[in-house]
Amino acid sequence: MSTKPKLYYFAGRGKMESIRWLLAAAGVEFEEEFLETRDQYEKLLQDGSLLFQQVPMVEIDGMKMVQTRAILSYIAAKYNLYGKDLKERALIDMYVGGTDDLMGFILMFPFLSAEDKEKQRAIIVQKATSRYFPAYVKVLKDHGPDFLVGNNFSWADVHLLEAILMVEEKKADVLSGFPQLQAFKVRISSIPTIKKFLEPGSQRKPVPDDKYVETVRRVLRMYYDVKAN
Amino acid sequence: MSGKPRLHYYNGRGRMETIRWLLAAAGVEFEESYLEKKEDLTKLQKDGSLLFQQVPMVEIDGMKLVQTRAIANYIATKYNLYGKDLKERALIDMYVEGMFDLNELLMKHGYLPANEKEQHFANMMDKTENRYFPVFEKVLKDHGKDFLVGNQLSRADIQLLEIILMAEEWKPDVLAKFPLLQSFKARISNIPTIKKFLQPGSQRKPLVREEEVPKVIKIFY
Repeated sequence: MSTKPKLYYFAGRGKMESIRWLLAAAGVEFEEEFLETRDQYEKLLQDGSLLFQQVPMVEIDGMKMVQTRAILSYIAAKYNLYGKDLKERALIDMYVGGTDDLMGFILMFPFLSAEDKEKQRAIIVQKATSRYFPAYVKVLKDHGPDFLVGNNFSWADVHLLEAILMVEEKKADVLSGFPQLQAFKVRISSIPTIKKFLEPGSQRKPVPDDKYVETVRRVLRMYYDVKAN
Repeated sequence: MSGKPRLHYYNGRGRMETIRWLLAAAGVEFEESYLEKKEDLTKLQKDGSLLFQQVPMVEIDGMKLVQTRAIANYIATKYNLYGKDLKERALIDMYVEGMFDLNELLMKHGYLPANEKEQHFANMMDKTENRYFPVFEKVLKDHGKDFLVGNQLSRADIQLLEIILMAEEWKPDVLAKFPLLQSFKARISNIPTIKKFLQPGSQRKPLVREEEVPKVIKIFY
């Protein structure tokens, strides 16, 4: 029996991607079971594996953990990516909350109509450049220079890199007004575990496409129109 | 200068209410600054007090903390409401994240326009009675203890009581099928600090009244 964590989700980013990033950054090997059919999902429901009937679910250390934030906090604490004390933890939670909100604008993007996608793209870029990126620039300026918290690599840095790359996928030059974040991106990307995760063949998932959307809708029977938040 | 935490929000529940519950349950006195108009929010944004330009914000231990979870996590840890080890914390986090999801639904209802309310109500009560409450009823049934995690009071118990009471405001008999949640409610409500918070005159905020909704919306939009 494997003791590696096992991730249950669709073969795509969604809410599981931040968990893949964090495990990879911590150098932890993990397995994945991809949901492709409704039957697989119903089996998980019936055998009581999904506490609130939802994925992500991660089998780790004898637990079937659900709720993305719960899973991320557990991994961060276990692998020493959660700061050295209560105050650093508070800062990490704050910064991760911001990048979570920013990535939240992108989460439903693949499910939107073509027209709503263009509107949402503009919102993502506006929020990133006027609200979130300036906040992280200030944090690096005041507390860095290399990492967001305690001048030590933490979950907050991994999460920010993930968010930056996702926003860049929506607008390639979005970092043009933020040289400190460009430097941050280069620096964090070159950390060996992260560098490896960014290479082809890793478990990082690509930008969601129509096939991913179709799979999610089919498995979850989520056939209603999705509106941007 | 007071050493008490100071909460910055509007004079209503919203996302700050869970924080009020945790502080009150921990027996921690706190002060509040209320946003009444847009200019109050703008002032906080301009003076750099709000990392992401948003409230809730809590001044505590020399920090201006934003992000509801960051604030709640800090308070829960500081006042020993977060379990005794990493595994208890994991269970608490799982339960509490489910409660945050339900809280979003319950909290939003009061602010919706009339034409959206009926469908939202149906969805909200369906999730309450079929997704969330059965889970917590089962947790209590399976271990037979008084508290959700580790046989001691944690934020999970406090936050569960909070959402039980919120759900009951919309459907008074919502606990009809959940006998263990009924006794849980009575038991946790009786804890002295919580009993005090449930009495008139405490800093607990009432359900938003329909007349107030436009004023709140104006502060933020």
